[in-house]
Amino acid sequence: MKVGLFIPCYIDQFYPQVGIATLQLLQKLGCEVEFPQGQTCCGQPMANSGYEHLTHQCNSLFIKNFADYDYIVGPSGSCVLHIKDHLHDPAAEPQAEKIRQRIYELTEFLTDVLKVTSLPARFPCKVGLHQSCHGQRGLGLAQMSELVAAPFSKPEQLLRMVEGVELVPLDRADECCGFGGTFCVAEEAVSVKMGKDRVADHVKHGAEVITGTDVSCLMHMEGILRRQHAGVKVMHIAEILNQYTDEQANS
Amino acid sequence: MNRQTADHATLADKFNEDEPRVNWHDQTLWWVRAKRDRIAWTIPEWEQLRDTASSIKLNALGNLHDYLLQFEQQAQQNGAIVHWAADAAEHNRIVTEILQKHGVKRMVKSKSMLTEECHLNPHLEANGIEVIDTDLGERIVQLAKEPPSHIVLPCIHKKKEEIGELFHEHLGTPAGNADPQFLTAAARLHLRKEFLLADAAITGVNFAVAETGEMVVCTNEGNADMGAHLANVHIACMGIEKIIPQRKHLGVFLRLLARSATGQPITTYSSHFRKPREGQELHIVLVDNGRSRQLGREDFRNSLKCIRCGACMNTCPVYRRSGGHSYHNAVAGPIGAILAPNLDMKDYADLPFASTLCGSCSNVCPVKIDIHQQLYKWRQVLVKEGYTSTAKTAGMKVMTGVLSAPGVYKAAGKMGRWVMRAFPGMVNNRMNPWYKQREMPVPPAQSFSEWYKKNKKST
Repeated sequence: MKVGLFIPCYIDQFYPQVGIATLQLLQKLGCEVEFPQGQTCCGQPMANSGYEHLTHQCNSLFIKNFADYDYIVGPSGSCVLHIKDHLHDPAAEPQAEKIRQRIYELTEFLTDVLKVTSLPARFPCKVGLHQSCHGQRGLGLAQMSELVAAPFSKPEQLLRMVEGVELVPLDRADECCGFGGTFCVAEEAVSVKMGKDRVADHVKHGAEVITGTDVSCLMHMEGILRRQHAGVKVMHIAEILNQYTDEQANS
Repeated sequence: MNRQTADHATLADKFNEDEPRVNWHDQTLWWVRAKRDRIAWTIPEWEQLRDTASSIKLNALGNLHDYLLQFEQQAQQNGAIVHWAADAAEHNRIVTEILQKHGVKRMVKSKSMLTEECHLNPHLEANGIEVIDTDLGERIVQLAKEPPSHIVLPCIHKKKEEIGELFHEHLGTPAGNADPQFLTAAARLHLRKEFLLADAAITGVNFAVAETGEMVVCTNEGNADMGAHLANVHIACMGIEKIIPQRKHLGVFLRLLARSATGQPITTYSSHFRKPREGQELHIVLVDNGRSRQLGREDFRNSLKCIRCGACMNTCPVYRRSGGHSYHNAVAGPIGAILAPNLDMKDYADLPFASTLCGSCSNVCPVKIDIHQQLYKWRQVLVKEGYTSTAKTAGMKVMTGVLSAPGVYKAAGKMGRWVMRAFPGMVNNRMNPWYKQREMPVPPAQSFSEWYKKNKKST
């Protein structure tokens, strides 16, 4: 199984540790992983701002980089959703379609494709899980609280496999953090207020670390936490799932 | 309501100057959302009910022409007088003419978002006709000379103390009394007098049944009934999308409406108006005002399924923290943001961007309107039609250029991170809206792709 590793641009530039953890985790689970060097961005920042018509070159580039893999996996629900919903290229539509069907966000790839039932990881910590909207409502990574339907959560399912993780409950299990792409600067006041409220819910319930499937939401919440000197850390779920056990660390 | 020049972000920024108030507004509406969740969970077939409602509305919209004619015919047979208005101006003219014909100087009106959309009140007042809004919340905002901030809870932005002050000023209640029960009783006395004095009554319409020509009006206060039963002239104003094919379909919509809106099993009054009583005139004004145009926009057609429950507002994390007035439109919140650009793309170009596209709205919607997807699509339309700033377009083009060329992207990223480390003041300053209340991410020396190049053999 050949996996193409999709590392969104801002993760590449600002959160390399998330890319490293994703790569190591997939390799640990037996995948043959490659990172195509020509990749840049999925095109979402332009598209969500109303400029989807400018994303043709990003689309062609994405197809060029990822058409040959069995699966494409990325540590970002939002970027993966964008590709799934909007990747098109009149010159390479069959390849675009294959990618749309074969691209997975990391946690759903683990639960649905690799069907992971245990993980060699240990992370003794009180953790708050932020269910990012695009992953949750768009990709269906977890049941949304709006629906009268049985609950499930793929990220939570994985976190429960990590020894020592204590998940804290939240008052609002799946409220948006307010990042929202360019919304975070265009609507600065509301964006920050939403982020402050989301962070406060985690802090109130004793979370030591806030985790999630999207670095964008985490980056926004981290910015607020650091400004508040809150002492609560933010980590992408790949970093927790990739934590070594004592045994591995000693070997 | 007067057109405002300030956009959503500016108005929201102002709303956020008083953080405790934002907290209160957010928590009040979240409480309504939670109440909706609890009651929805008591209906095991809730999701099926939403599907059914959505399908009935799809059928109604797909055959709107025929259903409207059927409704007109049935209503006329019932003795109602049916009017057709192409736009807000024609609607206002029709209503004014009916009132002038009867020499009406004073009239009562129950809640109707359509008349808000058409700005009927100022039009009537300009013609010397006094309008008294009889829905308690609407009466409160009317006294405050404000537009409603929510389609179901018009004065949800007001605290009881503020209402106490308003009532003291306008209705003569004792100063400092903010007891909700006392104030409601005072409003009841005041409105009772207005009901008795009114020569005509306007009501909105929640559902118009094509099969029978009847209209259903849902209220919790009985104010629509009180007005319509006492006045000699009853004018019912409705958008043409309020049509449902058959009476039995009410069994679906009435189960969904109040549960979605306020978490009640049903509104206190679900009143059916079919025939004018002896000596009364019943007028029905069917209003288009852009609805046919929206029906013709395939991507946005479904927005006409809306039954005005307000659930999308209560769940919207942006609405809860920016307030209804920040949408500067009769209908606020997510649904307002997809309806308003149809009315005027220039005035409402900001609204589809007042969202994180979190998708909560689409999933509480009782008629399953794909609200957040329509917000995304409106953004594309608004940009293509040129309702966006040239600076934003220029910025997006530069960004596209960088992201389309891997070499440029890598160089720009490396340089950007270096600048951030060497001269943090370049980005950590007041010009950067991110930095105002948030720290910037710490730029690493090495990007992932740089790390990968060096380490891929060893991993």
